[in-house]
Amino acid sequence: MTYGKGLRPLAALTALTLTAAFALVFFFAPLDADQGFVQKIFYVHVPIGIVALVGFMAGGVFAIQHLRTRDPRHDLRSYVAIHIAIVLALGTLVTGSIWAKASWGSWWVWQEPMLVSFLIVFLLYACYTPLRFSIEDKERQARYASVFAIVAGAFVPLNFAAVRMAEAYIHPRTFATTGGGIPGDMFLTFLVALAGIGLLFVTLWKYEMASKNATFKLRALRRTLAGDELAPARRSAAPTL
Amino acid sequence: MLPALPLDEAGPYVAAAYLVFFALVLIYVAIMAAKLGRIERDLTELTELAERREADETAADQHEHERVGATRE
Repeated sequence: MTYGKGLRPLAALTALTLTAAFALVFFFAPLDADQGFVQKIFYVHVPIGIVALVGFMAGGVFAIQHLRTRDPRHDLRSYVAIHIAIVLALGTLVTGSIWAKASWGSWWVWQEPMLVSFLIVFLLYACYTPLRFSIEDKERQARYASVFAIVAGAFVPLNFAAVRMAEAYIHPRTFATTGGGIPGDMFLTFLVALAGIGLLFVTLWKYEMASKNATFKLRALRRTLAGDELAPARRSAAPTL
Repeated sequence: MLPALPLDEAGPYVAAAYLVFFALVLIYVAIMAAKLGRIERDLTELTELAERREADETAADQHEHERVGATRE
């Protein structure tokens, strides 16, 4: 399978959507009546948070496919999705912290369920790579990692629902179930930003998959050409095909 | 919640948040570019190995051909 196929138009579409999103953020979306200019952080913080959580769940779905079929390609897909989602989750924590300092005067509020639950999800997934690295046998590594990805992936929506049901301390609920909500101009800008970051996730996923695929093919070619001259494979957290 | 910050105070926070996002993407792409460089180096090495092997096989064939010719004579 070639993951590089269609990568160029996808990357161009991603760049276009992100540029449009940032133009809308700074030239179209109105200033928030309560928070003023600082609220612009919302358009990067919330979409990367949502895409990170969806990425974690996608990792769980690929892991289910891996356990059902035992096809190592699904394990690789799960690994790459989780890998990129961890980077985005880190971005969510840092941008959220900056927004908290500007809005609440504090970098972190331990009483707020939204912040602490997201940190728990991040720390949970931070264990994924060390778990993989700790298992030398590749088949067992893939199986255990898939079980982890499924359980953690199921925890993500449950955790999200629990936080929505919990009483907010100071963190706003982005799309309130009762009253309020965000105005149309802001919502449109948010949707374009969400689409842009969603496309960025897919582009990076395909990019990394293409890179890993090329590495595996090269390794197989080296094995064929070099035979015994091949150095033993280093221990790694990454799956092998 | 604190009252809204004036633009000159809010600006650095907004800039910092967007810079964090761009920096993360840039670091990720830079790491991927480094990996691509490694793939390119490996590919060059394997191409050289394949060419060397092909040259060795051609030389061996030629040597065998000359040996058979000399035996006939």
